[in-house]
Amino acid sequence: MHYFIGSLGHFLIIAAFVSALVSAYGYFRSVQSTEITDKDSWMRFARIAFWVHGGSAIGVVATLFTIINRGYFEYHYAYSHSSTVLPVYYQISAFWEGQEGSFLLWIFWNVILGFVLIRTNKFWEAPVMAIFAIVQGFLLSMILGVVLFNLKIGSSPFILLRDAMDAPIFKTSPDFIPEDGSGLNPLLQNYWMVIHPPTLFLGFATTLIPFAYCIAGLWLGKFKEWIRPALPWSLFSAVVLGVGILMGGYWAYETLNFGGYWNWDPVENAVYVPWLVLIAAIHTMIAFKKSTTALKSAIILAVSAFLLIVYSTFLTRSGILGDSSVHSFTDLGLSGQLLIYLLAFVLGTLFLIIRSWKKLESDEQEVSTYSREFWIFMGATVLCLMGFQVIIPTSIPVWNAILELVGVDSNMAPPVDQVGYYTQYQLWGGVLIALLSGTGQFFWWNKMDKTKLKDALLLPVVLTLAITAAVIILFKVQNINYILVLTAGTYSIIANAKILLDRWKTNINLSGGAISHIGIAMMLLGVLFSSGYSKIVSLNQTGLVWSKEFPDEVNQKNLLLFQNEDRQMGEYSLNYKGTRKRVEGFPGYVNIHDLRQVSETEAVALSNLKTKGNVVYSRGDTMTLITPETSYFEIEYTKGSSKFSLYPTVQINEKMNMTVFSPDIKRKLGFDLYTHVRTFPDPDQETEWSEVEEIITQLNEPFFVNDFVATLEKVQRVNDVEGLKLNESDVAIKATIKVKGAEQDFMAEPYYIIQNNQAGLKSAIVHDLGVKLTLMAIDPKNNAFSIGTSRTQKDWVILEAVEKPLINVLWIGTLIMVIGFVIAIFRRYTEFTKMKSKGLE
Amino acid sequence: MKKSHIFGIVVIAAAIMVIISTAGDASIYVGFAEAKEMAHEGDSKKIHVVGQLKKDAQGEIVGIQDSPNKLAFSFILVDNNNEEQRVYFNEPMPADFLRSEQVVVVGNFQNDHFLASKILMKCPSKYQEETIEVNDV
Repeated sequence: MHYFIGSLGHFLIIAAFVSALVSAYGYFRSVQSTEITDKDSWMRFARIAFWVHGGSAIGVVATLFTIINRGYFEYHYAYSHSSTVLPVYYQISAFWEGQEGSFLLWIFWNVILGFVLIRTNKFWEAPVMAIFAIVQGFLLSMILGVVLFNLKIGSSPFILLRDAMDAPIFKTSPDFIPEDGSGLNPLLQNYWMVIHPPTLFLGFATTLIPFAYCIAGLWLGKFKEWIRPALPWSLFSAVVLGVGILMGGYWAYETLNFGGYWNWDPVENAVYVPWLVLIAAIHTMIAFKKSTTALKSAIILAVSAFLLIVYSTFLTRSGILGDSSVHSFTDLGLSGQLLIYLLAFVLGTLFLIIRSWKKLESDEQEVSTYSREFWIFMGATVLCLMGFQVIIPTSIPVWNAILELVGVDSNMAPPVDQVGYYTQYQLWGGVLIALLSGTGQFFWWNKMDKTKLKDALLLPVVLTLAITAAVIILFKVQNINYILVLTAGTYSIIANAKILLDRWKTNINLSGGAISHIGIAMMLLGVLFSSGYSKIVSLNQTGLVWSKEFPDEVNQKNLLLFQNEDRQMGEYSLNYKGTRKRVEGFPGYVNIHDLRQVSETEAVALSNLKTKGNVVYSRGDTMTLITPETSYFEIEYTKGSSKFSLYPTVQINEKMNMTVFSPDIKRKLGFDLYTHVRTFPDPDQETEWSEVEEIITQLNEPFFVNDFVATLEKVQRVNDVEGLKLNESDVAIKATIKVKGAEQDFMAEPYYIIQNNQAGLKSAIVHDLGVKLTLMAIDPKNNAFSIGTSRTQKDWVILEAVEKPLINVLWIGTLIMVIGFVIAIFRRYTEFTKMKSKGLE
Repeated sequence: MKKSHIFGIVVIAAAIMVIISTAGDASIYVGFAEAKEMAHEGDSKKIHVVGQLKKDAQGEIVGIQDSPNKLAFSFILVDNNNEEQRVYFNEPMPADFLRSEQVVVVGNFQNDHFLASKILMKCPSKYQEETIEVNDV
């Protein structure tokens, strides 16, 4: 039992929690002090407390990771998320698989951001960090794991297995330590699960910064000044959060077999909404720099983005979504605690806003339709309405709970077809955003009136119509909704491109907005084509049904492939080459029948494994398997003279009783070819062999085995038979039979053994051809040999293949959006530092 | 009336539309008895049923039937009113199905068969083990 490390971890959590509160108090006193010396000494004190806090929090992370890394399975966290065979990079994902670890990740980012803010701010340090430290206290309390007056506060990641579980084993031997953990959920064993959560949580963490600046501004009566330092961080937050969300989508696309990247699941929605609001906040903040109209909305939106993050934390971690989401966490008994924090944050913020409301400036003058503010407002409003449309249905379980509280029995459930439901509304939001972002840019950079507007819009509109018309004809776009999205998206790209060209002539640093808008519009088009025109290509045109028990759809949209048999799919000829594994040190894939798994991670080679003529592993060598649970189905695609193979996978996790199929994707310029296996023969099932057919043959004389030509090449006496102990008086005879396959030859080596005066036969199986060969008798008189052959059904898979056109436009659009954001961040941060060096901020 | 007021009214109208549409498109949670009744009355709307997999006295899940090629399967769900019903699902069995503590099926009765179009699972703790495997102590 490693008691020390757990106690250390728990101690560090408490230390981090206490020092966060101390730091918050110090910063608070520093803000409230009127004397300069008091201010400074409280600030120094608070800063030291925050350093202690940061050090302890990082210590907690290190401690928990050590427990996972060393495999201390007496700890519940290590036991339930990790196992001995897990490689280091998946130990990292095991770290944040659980709620406690993901809170730690969030805490960790806040510490780093806190350090950066302490270094980069002068005036704002104390008030901003006071809010930071309070939030850190809140997050740490979620993993405190302390019981006060029968009240559970937080759930500690350092709890021992025997305290977490009520297993009978601990009654008899309290010191029992499981030899192995239960492992990581196979769905999370993917590289995206290593990098996507940190990105997403960095996004979560950064929403705190604009919130903190805004609250600090309201607190100190600096109602306008907070915007300048908050703006670059808001941009940073939006881009990180956006990329995090898309990485999640990409993970789903590559790993899950629902064939898409976005499912409108409540957990996905819960991060999408704050992102929309954050984008709206950024726009009003930018508008404010030019006029004071947008101040109130900037304040409301900036705080809302963070509060929505807290709300989404509540949604996903309180267990309230348990019935409506496929991947939310379940309740750790902390929903009450989360709810209290949520309410506290909301009420505190509301109080500050109401207190300051009267003092906030706003323009009395009516906003003109030709002003830039008008367009930004329209955009921000559409973004907020889009968010509203998503959050209302997503919160249905919450509405039910509230209705029940007031005594109304409510049984509302989320919409049945969530993808269709959300898409029909979000589509219109997308169209409006594209139109506004295209047109609004002209107002932003030029003083506009009616005639100027006509001149500015003429070229983009004409170009748009021409291009859209061409695409509609070329892609046969007929759906009116799609035509709208296509037109709006194209218009946005062209209009912003025109603005971009102008900016390049003047000042390239100002091109961030136009570039991001182009990226967003491209994403819109990518989404439209990849999902709207995704086409199932694996159509069953044989006229046969795979199984009468299948519903028609399955029979029509899936292909049954037998091993080594060609089948036509559209313009491709498909051939299932067999099941493969991957081993360390061997490039490519290894036939599953060329190895025998001997332990969880190791296998022995059953024949020489060659690559480009070089033997990498000889027969009998032990090899380490890469991702041992995963098998790869090699599907060869042939089109004309070009060939490629896809390797969709199945991952069988016996401990968790899970079978996970994942797709493989051939990326082409115009579309992705997405292939996943729906099902394959149960590997545990006994093979059924046909009756043995006996063939009499002689050396080097061809004979037929299940339509394949075979020859008996050699018969020799041997001293070793694998898996058998031979005595001196025993005799073992090995026959070497070559079977000619369509593309390669297979060697089969059946044995005839006389042991203790009894004859025994050891058959050889050529799995790839589905044949079994037995050396049945030897007739020395006639120099003849009797070979028994039997057949089995060949291996098969049922697969689905889908073409997703122009999905690359989505990914390229993402990249362009990021570039635009980076340019904008750079510009806004420079502004901030200039003001800071003047001693103003 | 100022333009901003009109704008405000439009926004509020849109928000109210969203709420109405949510209430209108929302599905409901019902038991099998009610679902069957709905189907008999010709209401083919898909609904949610919450329940648990049927287990025998030893706690083993019973009544799961796979189609030969595992492309579809059926199981017995016991709803919250303790009513049992065989549920058909035209997809392979979801990955963590057998581990689930609670199952939500979305679908409707078709010719006295309950056909699910979607299955949601709640595992003992979504990503956490609740049992310990003890090997050779």
